[in-house]
Amino acid sequence: MSLSIKPEDFTCPLPQDNSETVQLAHGGGSRLAAELIEKMLVPAFADPVLARLEDQAVLNPELAAGERLAFTTDSFVVDPLFFPGGSIGELAINGTVNDLAMGGARPLYLSTALIIEEGLPLEWLRRVVAAMSAAAAAARVRVVTGDTKVVGRGACDKLFINTSGIGVVPSGIELSAANLRPGDQIIISGTMADHGMAIMSCRQGLSFVEALRSDTAALDGLVAVILAAAGMGGRESGGPSGALRAMRDPTRGGVAAVLSEMARASGVGVVIAEESLPVADPVRGACEILGIDPLFVANEGKLLAVVAPEAATPVLNAMRAHPLGRQAVIIGEVRAANPGLVALRTLLGPHRIIDLPAGELLPRIC
Amino acid sequence: MLKYLDEYRDPELARRLLGEIAAVARRPLVIMEICGGHTHAIIRSGIDRLLPEQIELVHGPGCPVCVTPVELVDKAVALAGRPEVIFTSFGDMLRVPGSRESLAMVRSRGGDVRSLYSPLVAVELAVRHPDRQVVFFAVGFETTAPGNALAVRQAARLGLKNFSLLVSHVLVPPAITALLASPANRVQAFIAPGHVCTVTGLEEYEAIAAGYRVPIVPAGFEPVDILAAILLLVRQAEAGRAEVENEYSRSVRREGNPAARRTVAEVFQVSDRTWRGLGQIPASGLTLRPEFAAFDAEQKFDLSPIQAEESPLCISGAILRGEKKPPQCPAFGRQCTPTHPLGATMVSNEGACSAYFNAQRHRF
Repeated sequence: MSLSIKPEDFTCPLPQDNSETVQLAHGGGSRLAAELIEKMLVPAFADPVLARLEDQAVLNPELAAGERLAFTTDSFVVDPLFFPGGSIGELAINGTVNDLAMGGARPLYLSTALIIEEGLPLEWLRRVVAAMSAAAAAARVRVVTGDTKVVGRGACDKLFINTSGIGVVPSGIELSAANLRPGDQIIISGTMADHGMAIMSCRQGLSFVEALRSDTAALDGLVAVILAAAGMGGRESGGPSGALRAMRDPTRGGVAAVLSEMARASGVGVVIAEESLPVADPVRGACEILGIDPLFVANEGKLLAVVAPEAATPVLNAMRAHPLGRQAVIIGEVRAANPGLVALRTLLGPHRIIDLPAGELLPRIC
Repeated sequence: MLKYLDEYRDPELARRLLGEIAAVARRPLVIMEICGGHTHAIIRSGIDRLLPEQIELVHGPGCPVCVTPVELVDKAVALAGRPEVIFTSFGDMLRVPGSRESLAMVRSRGGDVRSLYSPLVAVELAVRHPDRQVVFFAVGFETTAPGNALAVRQAARLGLKNFSLLVSHVLVPPAITALLASPANRVQAFIAPGHVCTVTGLEEYEAIAAGYRVPIVPAGFEPVDILAAILLLVRQAEAGRAEVENEYSRSVRREGNPAARRTVAEVFQVSDRTWRGLGQIPASGLTLRPEFAAFDAEQKFDLSPIQAEESPLCISGAILRGEKKPPQCPAFGRQCTPTHPLGATMVSNEGACSAYFNAQRHRF
């Protein structure tokens, strides 16, 4: 693979500017605002509850005995808005869907709030909303309520999005970073650092022979497969001692941050093997050039699953049969020694401890 | 390129080299790796823990960020605080503590401080912002000097009046000579910096090897490179030889990179430099030639004399001279961490303290 850094080859797919832009009036109660909501947002999400345009979504989910609600929120401020593999739109939907799914929840409803900087080309907004709509449809989640604000130039950077989500956790599923036990196996669903390095190469104007693409994806389907393979797909499936102990999507801070949180929350040690860590070749090249450790770089379509030793093989096989888990692999295991610490066994044998990075690694990657 | 790298990470090959080193090494040998890139590779992969105990690796001053004097960091901070200045730098410099502040702190107070990957981007910034003064912090060894020289040549060709360098360029061979000439010196062999030698070639190193009777091996940055270099050094020491042997021949040529050397010589001249931790070393750095004085930030801006202060707790001087290792510092991992660094060796990606801290050995 050959690599080159040529700012003039900057290939981030920024859409063409046209004269139509978001104005302050799009934000507040005017005809323009109504147009934005009724002509762009409501049709994009095509949801009967949203289309009522009430101040609130009134929902009536049918919960079976023992089922509980999961509720989460996340804000998205990525710069640039568009990058190879996706946009802030996919991130905003998939990020919240994934936060629900990591708790074993089936995502049901989302809210979406857009904070738009005056002057944003309307075409960009259309593209982002179309991406959100497609991502929500793919994850079979309904966008049932929303809000739009327009702020003056400089008061935000182009577009910020907040999404909140509600999902249903089946009876008996109690996943937690505090559930890890010695002997548990740690599985990653695929290659590390794709999203963070795609954003980084976009921001820095680095161009590579093979373009780096974000891995943004909704993981609820993969999670359903994992739960079933761990014997936790049905009712009353084991509580905190079920074969699947915990799941997390390693976004900001990467795999290192998630493992570190789990080790601390469970009071156990985690050991991972350097040679088992999956990184795509172009991503590894970019990391080498920029001096960045892929363990610390964000992912937007990967998950870490910690499973009891006897469930490791069935879960791994089930994941590999799913399109988002083809490259799933066991990267390490839980130990009783060195509680709270994550150790990496290097290629040569000695161990070193992996800790959270001290400062900023990549600004505004999600 | 990556397949190429994988060979140099092959655990099997590494184990074979370790076996050979153990078989050849009879007498104690203190080896200094000059370059911070080597220090980090050694600590990351744990090479120092796999060597026979008579081989000691000590870490050298080859971290440009670390040897930049506090006074220059203070000057950078003063420049970055000016409203007309866009201060640009490689990211490493941003968190290095000056006497009172770091560039990152200036940025958080509203200073326009930007981290770049290339000085040529700073030239572009100057073109795009004719109303602002763009200053680039030209820190580094012989490796970054060619890029900075190109940036100055480009700015001169464009006739830019709003671009300048705050120069803190240092040279490796004079530092090696100063270490060897010190009465406290323990170093008996050197792993020379592979990237620096790629630019400069090997002649100066040959003179040092012959003059001071020390084996020197320029090496690449992968575990197998470093182990192969150690084996070459041990063999030389056991045989009583003191030569330059090139482990990194896939990158280093004896004559170096003549085009890069010419560009540097056209823009910079050799001058005395003060190194943080080592003090003043004659003819150990670069400054802009008089004909490029207009691009010298120190001459362009009125930087009133700055009283620089070091943290009294920090022992980075002794660490950069190879006299002490980071865990021997009472502040290491306590008052001094990458989040709250007292000295530059804890900040930089090439600093020895940050290498040890990142591997978290103090917590085992």
